[in-house]
Amino acid sequence: MALLEVRDLTVVFQRKGEEPFRAVDGVSFDVEPGQTVGLVGESGCGKSVTSLAIMGLLPKRGAKISGTVKYDGTDLLKLSDKEMRDRRGRDLGMVFQDPLSSLNPVVPIGLQVTEVLERHRGLSRKEAMIEAKNLLDKVGIPDPNRRLKEYPHQLSGGMRQRALIAIALACRPKLLIADEPTTALDVTIQAQILSVMKELVQDLGTALVMITHDLGVVAGLCDEVNVLYGGKVVEKAMRHKLFAEPRHPYTHGLLASIPRLDAAPGEKLTPIKGSVADNIPWEHGCAFAPRCPNALDVCVQVTPPEEDQLGRLLRCHNPVVPGTPAAEEVPV
Amino acid sequence: MLRYTIRRLVQLVGVVLVLSLLLFAWMRLLPGGPVSALLGDRSTPEKAAELTKQLGLDQPIFVQYIKFLGRAATGDFGVSTGVQPGDSALDIFLQRFPATIELSFFAIVIAIAIGVPLGYLAAKRRGGWFDNFSVIGSLIGVAVPVFFLAYVLKDAASVGLGLPSQGRQGDINATRVTGFFTLDGVLTGEWDATFDALEHLILPSIALATIPFAVIFRITRAAVLDVLDEDFVRTAEAKGLTAQLIRRRHVLRNAMLPVVTTIGLQTGALLSGAVLTEKVFSIPGVGQALAIGFERRDYPVLLLLIIMATIVYVVVNLLVDLSYALIDPRIRTR
Ligand SMILES: Nc1ncnc2c1ncn2[C@@H]1O[C@H](COP(=O)(O)OP(=O)(O)O)[C@@H](O)[C@H]1O
Ligand code: SF4
Ligand SMILES: [Mg+2]
Repeated sequence: MALLEVRDLTVVFQRKGEEPFRAVDGVSFDVEPGQTVGLVGESGCGKSVTSLAIMGLLPKRGAKISGTVKYDGTDLLKLSDKEMRDRRGRDLGMVFQDPLSSLNPVVPIGLQVTEVLERHRGLSRKEAMIEAKNLLDKVGIPDPNRRLKEYPHQLSGGMRQRALIAIALACRPKLLIADEPTTALDVTIQAQILSVMKELVQDLGTALVMITHDLGVVAGLCDEVNVLYGGKVVEKAMRHKLFAEPRHPYTHGLLASIPRLDAAPGEKLTPIKGSVADNIPWEHGCAFAPRCPNALDVCVQVTPPEEDQLGRLLRCHNPVVPGTPAAEEVPV
Repeated sequence: MLRYTIRRLVQLVGVVLVLSLLLFAWMRLLPGGPVSALLGDRSTPEKAAELTKQLGLDQPIFVQYIKFLGRAATGDFGVSTGVQPGDSALDIFLQRFPATIELSFFAIVIAIAIGVPLGYLAAKRRGGWFDNFSVIGSLIGVAVPVFFLAYVLKDAASVGLGLPSQGRQGDINATRVTGFFTLDGVLTGEWDATFDALEHLILPSIALATIPFAVIFRITRAAVLDVLDEDFVRTAEAKGLTAQLIRRRHVLRNAMLPVVTTIGLQTGALLSGAVLTEKVFSIPGVGQALAIGFERRDYPVLLLLIIMATIVYVVVNLLVDLSYALIDPRIRTR
């Protein structure tokens, strides 16, 4: 049985005086124990909302959540606030995008690590401090005893994110969700943070949901990849399959728009035209149609259904034929 | 931190000097003066001239000011001409200061003890009936004049609840140690005296607390709303911490930063509010002396009391800034 089973997860934001907004629209995916699964897509496609819904961290008012999120067979969406508090930090850990704002500026790093140990592992403050030092050591923070006494503003960006990873993994959760953990960091630090995470989840046997807009991150990390567009999964496949043979025009476009080391000098990157808009994107046909080089007439009339194609899920009327080079400029 | 404190104290000396000069000049520009106030209807030109000379008011202002400074340096702030004629201004201040401190202290404690929790609750229930109700309530709290509320409390509550309608007078039959009625009772074990003093403080401190309460409530509410949206609160939730711990360690500790500053600034409002409150409840404090001193043009007393109020204000705000640094490591470790 999968460790995490997300089925038809839908999140609709309803604000007074505004149209309801469907940020996540029937997302399903599984995470096996110890597996790393990617959620990939441009900004605004519903990645963070998906992760917050799994963690039970969406605002109580104004967000309507449906579907199921089964963790070890229990539907997390049905748990009470108290039951969910017992699980967060213990069974599920989460790392966020901006390490500076994600740490409390007026509480020493040490206490921000120990509080989660005291809460879920029943350690005393003293025991927790020793454990916290080991944790900082493990995530590669030099001189941990000194850092425990310091405040977030005294640490570098990379060190702060390491501390947050230590916090999220402190109780050895079976699942870690990382929401763009490297986006706010210097390029040189990004690779270090990713390798620390990779090493730790492997050591602990923790499953990882890696959320990113950067296919480069996925390439070095994920077993399976879900590509999201407008709140729906448009393509899902094992990583090597997806990279070798992207079938959805959006995935194809994303791959064409990342810089490649083996590109011939002068070869142009091909960015995807346009951007996501619309509050119920999938209501009339395919949400990607306005930007899609493969679009057919049917695309704006019939919403493409999800189809299983030899271990790959695809939501497209006219998938890319394997071997097609990146599309040239698309007339808009 | 130490250098900062010293710099602020040096600034304070400058402020006091400039202020005293301005006050000195301003008082002598006021219509009337101690002479006509003292003599009243019995005034004749000869008597007035004699008294003017006796008080040294015939000399040029700057000469008077220099003399004042010289005497002040030795602790002599002159003799009262209106509040308690014949007593030294310093004695009057020392006699009356404890009552005002007591009143202001209880008022600010009430304002904090009610304003902070209510502000937190209102923020947590943003947009709910409790929030709307208390926001309107705090608006009324700011808008209603202190003396009006003081009169209402005095009449309504003292009749209805049987609380004393006047502040504790100096005639109390108890051992005096510090001059603080509430504290003296505790120190000497005369508990009935402490209780009696507290009972007399209830209505005046509530009247005085309304404006600081309303301000503290609104600042707390706004600060908590800001902090609740912060990423680190989400991190704390993601750790599964209990709601109480998140409130105390993550929300309130951050939200208190602006509130602490506000509390310091409220000392000013408190001192001016004390003038009215002491008058309504006939409390023999500094505020009452200020009011009387102004009516009777009691220059030495007015000067000393206003300068002391300024010093208190500056020192309280210095303490507030220092405690701010204590809460916020970003300032402390800079
Ligand atoms: N609390 C909220 N209320 C209303 N709309 C929201 C809220 N949170 C996110 N959204 C909207 O949902 C969409 C998806 O957001 P998000 O999941 O954060 O995207 P991303 O994939 O970049 O993480 C965005 O259009 C965003 O504006
Ligand atoms: S369904 Fe049509 S518009 Fe949508 S991605 Fe496929 S080809 Fe493009
Ligand atoms: Mg996001």
